[in-house]
Amino acid sequence: MSLEVEARHRVGAFTIDAAFTSDGSVTALFGRSGSGKTSLINIIAGLLRPDSGRIVLDGDVIADSERRIFTPIHRRRFGYVFQEARLFPHMSVRKNLAYGRWFAGAEKSASQFGRVVEMLGIGHLLDRRPSTLSGGERQRVAVGRALLASPRLLLMDEPLAALDEARKAEILPYLERLRDETRIPIVYVSHSVAEIARLAERVIVIENGRVQASGDAAVILSQPAAVHAMDWREAGALLEGVVESHDSAHNLTVVRAGECLVRVPQLFVPPGHSVRLHIAARDVMLATVRPEGISALNVFEGTVIDLSPDEKASIDVRVQCGGNVILARITALSRDALQLAPGKSVHAIIKTVALDH
Amino acid sequence: MDWMALSDAEWTAVRLSLRVATVAMLSSLPLALLAAMVLARGRFWGKSVLNGLVHMPLVLPPVVTGFVLLLLFGRRGPIGAFLAENFGIVFSFRWTGAALACAVMGFPLMVRSIRLSIDAVDRKLEDAAATLGAGPVWVFLTVTLPLILPGIIAGMILSFAKAMGEFGATITFVSNIPGETQTLSSAIYTFTQVPGGDAGAMRLAVVSVVISMGALMLSEIFAAFAAKRSVTA
Repeated sequence: MSLEVEARHRVGAFTIDAAFTSDGSVTALFGRSGSGKTSLINIIAGLLRPDSGRIVLDGDVIADSERRIFTPIHRRRFGYVFQEARLFPHMSVRKNLAYGRWFAGAEKSASQFGRVVEMLGIGHLLDRRPSTLSGGERQRVAVGRALLASPRLLLMDEPLAALDEARKAEILPYLERLRDETRIPIVYVSHSVAEIARLAERVIVIENGRVQASGDAAVILSQPAAVHAMDWREAGALLEGVVESHDSAHNLTVVRAGECLVRVPQLFVPPGHSVRLHIAARDVMLATVRPEGISALNVFEGTVIDLSPDEKASIDVRVQCGGNVILARITALSRDALQLAPGKSVHAIIKTVALDH
Repeated sequence: MDWMALSDAEWTAVRLSLRVATVAMLSSLPLALLAAMVLARGRFWGKSVLNGLVHMPLVLPPVVTGFVLLLLFGRRGPIGAFLAENFGIVFSFRWTGAALACAVMGFPLMVRSIRLSIDAVDRKLEDAAATLGAGPVWVFLTVTLPLILPGIIAGMILSFAKAMGEFGATITFVSNIPGETQTLSSAIYTFTQVPGGDAGAMRLAVVSVVISMGALMLSEIFAAFAAKRSVTA
């Protein structure tokens, strides 16, 4: 798939002037709240008509202000999962799911319905009313409803933002399955590094209505532009890895990233599958000697690349570990106590449970 | 309970009132829905004029409304003459005229009720329906209409109740002809104007209270049902 977006739009004093192209299966629009990412996705959906711009999907011109082309929302066949589920309160879950299917033409109905329901684990909810569902269940139904409309493109606007951590953890695996099992390209809006690290292939960093940076997720998320757009507490490193094996007795998965074997809470993907791990800098400890008798499962030997200058009371240390760069956030006091300097060999310690997104 | 037995003439008035109120309610519904939709969603020059026009019968003395109807829809009125000549529809001194007067008087109440429920509809749900492939007409039929149903029902019952009690505009427009335009209210009025009519007035008053209470309770039941249905998700 290839998506080409170009939009200029003024709302009061705020101006959106963004253009990007993406050919990834999941494209993330990443930025702080108020950066204009929701407006941008609404422009793609057709909910917001920009002052000028164009949208082209796979060579098909969806909108072009110069050529006066504007396909109305309901003819775009772009599925949209909103931040709030927006289920129809007067319909059962089953009817909500079937709503878009009807407009898409019911030809591949029954088997597809069953597959989507099974994939999202919502079979037991079909006869319930949306008001009786939990937030996580609602959001899964909303995803199913969008999917069953047979969209050419799936738009997701912070689908997890309104949920607590436990619900997020509940839904993320479903979104990963969605990405891997359906061939529908996704545009995913989020300000969460953890979500984007797990899901996105391409990342577009949006700030003040403009594109700050764009490219491969692993590259972009470690760049200063992205770090600036993310929550300071979330800053960290992104590791590209491959699932090595599963330890089902302990509900763990071993991921090989470079020469490091990282133990993480169980991932439901087969061995050989590539995954991306986001390791927040605040979850990484450093030791100058190999620690003994410690509960943390991941201890990697490495060398310090550089240290960030003093800001606040803490500093970020970049450590080279078996072909990966890991970011550790420690206090300035620890830096002095351990006499950390570029080139010094250290051990990076990461608790497995801290990797449970 | 002998005194409660209604005479034939009284039964006629009750039946006529029910018919007039039902016809008034049903025939004004499509127009009220349209007006409410236009007032709630439309953005156009002269919207406040339309709003004022719709609410006019609520603030004008009913006699004035009846008189205006007489001027417009009377046999020699511009609209009345046109309808009589081309479609054979006659309003003056017929029960249809009573229904028209009641429809006009209940119209602002129905529009208000429907409009409030349209304002309460979460338009994000309509956006969601559009992204699922529903065109504007389908969005209205499958999302908006079901969500405003409680308001529509409440408006219908208000209009019905208003029609049951309408007096001033009706009597001015179509007079007080037993069996044709003498509704419950005009019948009660007539009873109070003749010596010894108190018992008759009392009987019809009781009937009127029963019908009004019934309509009110029905609307409560619908409201409770609708509230249960449309808890926003």
